[in-house]
Amino acid sequence: MLYRRAGIRHTRYQDERQLWPLPFDRYLVTAIAVILVAAPFVVSPLYLSSYLLPWIIWSTAALGLNFLMGTAGQIHLGYGAVMAIGAYTSVHLVLSGIPFEIAMVAGGLMSSVIGIAFGAAALRVKGLYLAMATLAMQYIVDFVIMHFPAISGGSLASIAVPRVSFLGIPVVGDIRTYFVALFVCVIVTLFMLNVKRSSFGRALAAVREKDYAAEVIGVSTFKYKLLAFWTSSFIGGVVGAVLAVCYLRSVSPDQFHLELSIQLVAMVIVGGLGSVLGSFFGAALILFAPIILNNAIGTFATNFGIDISSDLRAHVPLMLYGALIIGFLIWEPLGLAKIYNNFRNYLLVWPFRHAQR
Amino acid sequence: MDWILITELAINGVFVGLMYALVALGIVLIYKTSGLANLAQGALAMMGGYLTWAVASYVGASMWIAIPVAIVLMFLVGAAIEKLALRKMIGQPVIMVIMLTLGLEIMLRGLLPGIFGSAVKRLDIGIPNAPIFFGEFLINRAILIGGTISLVMIVLSLIFFNSRLGVMMRAVSDDQTASWSVGIKVERAIAIAWGLSSAMATVAGVLWGATQGIDWSLSLLLIKALAIAILGGLDSIPGVLIAGVIVGVAESLASGVLDPLVGGGTRDVVASVIILLTLLVKPHGLFGREHIERV
Repeated sequence: MLYRRAGIRHTRYQDERQLWPLPFDRYLVTAIAVILVAAPFVVSPLYLSSYLLPWIIWSTAALGLNFLMGTAGQIHLGYGAVMAIGAYTSVHLVLSGIPFEIAMVAGGLMSSVIGIAFGAAALRVKGLYLAMATLAMQYIVDFVIMHFPAISGGSLASIAVPRVSFLGIPVVGDIRTYFVALFVCVIVTLFMLNVKRSSFGRALAAVREKDYAAEVIGVSTFKYKLLAFWTSSFIGGVVGAVLAVCYLRSVSPDQFHLELSIQLVAMVIVGGLGSVLGSFFGAALILFAPIILNNAIGTFATNFGIDISSDLRAHVPLMLYGALIIGFLIWEPLGLAKIYNNFRNYLLVWPFRHAQR
Repeated sequence: MDWILITELAINGVFVGLMYALVALGIVLIYKTSGLANLAQGALAMMGGYLTWAVASYVGASMWIAIPVAIVLMFLVGAAIEKLALRKMIGQPVIMVIMLTLGLEIMLRGLLPGIFGSAVKRLDIGIPNAPIFFGEFLINRAILIGGTISLVMIVLSLIFFNSRLGVMMRAVSDDQTASWSVGIKVERAIAIAWGLSSAMATVAGVLWGATQGIDWSLSLLLIKALAIAILGGLDSIPGVLIAGVIVGVAESLASGVLDPLVGGGTRDVVASVIILLTLLVKPHGLFGREHIERV
């Protein structure tokens, strides 16, 4: 049903290698693209700036982290710090009069240079130790940003982001900032979709599956791990810049603490390691589930006259992130993307279940 | 340089470091038996502190009853975590299991302040506030007692690893399949390791709760415990002892000497720097076995 494979015959190899070989998938992607482009003109500005915009930005960040965790199989617990480096670098460059386009890329480069420095220290060892090193990176970057007034303007200060223009269009108002974020998101998504089909992506897959084996067949493990770190940190830095300019509009150190890193890791795991679609699902669930649950608890409490302390409600997001991470790891380690995939596979051959591969 | 101040900082640092080492001991214990790093150790310490406070204030028990009750409860909690969550992850990549313990840490950090309220709880275990003077040096009494108790616990766990159960656990850490074949119950050994490390986390939680009060910030002990565990070598108990003293002194000196120069906050970053330096110079730590895979 819907996703019909019957009657679709590929007569050329490139037909079969395209991103979405099934017509229905193509229709779906087109529909989503149309919805995303039309959304700012339909949805009220409140929803646009408080739901859609953060979803787009956090999804892009989750994609960058997913590249490292899913595609390359390396763990990173300090992605918030990477984004902070990108955000602060680009904001300072914009303040000194450099155009936003260049500042954004420079922020990404700065992130990847610093990220690779920490990565190189940790990539000699792996797994557990990499987790520790990236966790240490988070704390050290936090400390440096907070305690060097030249970067943060003091530990409690926040730096307002000036008006910028992106590709000649001034970034003002909800609709334009939304399109800037969407533009970056689309580019990162296209990169993620296509990287798996390139030699780079295949080398990363080899390193992820078994590093000895990769080394034996001539894939330099260290080089590709570093490249994965570099690319992922670059995306992180660019997203940090977008986050600062389009969403936060004034940067302060506490916006990039460990909480952000944990949120992103939760998005990647809940969404599905290595899945592009999963990053979007994960970002949506992690961003909105606490809000929805909090509202539900609120209505429940008022309707049934039960007094629920504000402490409890304030801690709902943390509980939920933890519970979601644990639950998905135990029951569905490949995340929401796998659930969607199961559903799609079911429909693909419906009603002939025995034909399922 | 004021040598009296520095010596005093160093002495206090030794005892604070011993108190950190108690948290690290739990991480080492779990790593020794199951080869996993438990990123929830800080949250378990926090949970132990909260449970002690809850038993004492809701039931009205005295501290001498509340602490053992909390330790027993936490032993069960630790064993339950192993049985319900960790055992299902056997055979999964290490990265997944690390994420699971991180998820546990996040959940506990939300759950406990959510249930018991996020205001700082005072835990009075009967240590007077007045500092002790040794000649010219001033030492915080709570830290002195806490450090001594930690030292005793660490020595006890050294002795424990020579007992029958301890030998069993060492066998499990060497080779799970081999210990299975000689009739050791591997699952039970790992569950006991989790229980024991949760119990130790409780002691650490109570000691830290007595010095700084109980709130979510107790879970920040994790990063210091990790620094100690990595510096000492993840599978070495004497390493915990020595690395604990090193980290404690380094932190105390950094906060005393460097803080005035950079404007505070160095205390929290020392542990991270130590982690990075250890990984750069000697990734298996001071006393750890050199079996880290390098690629």
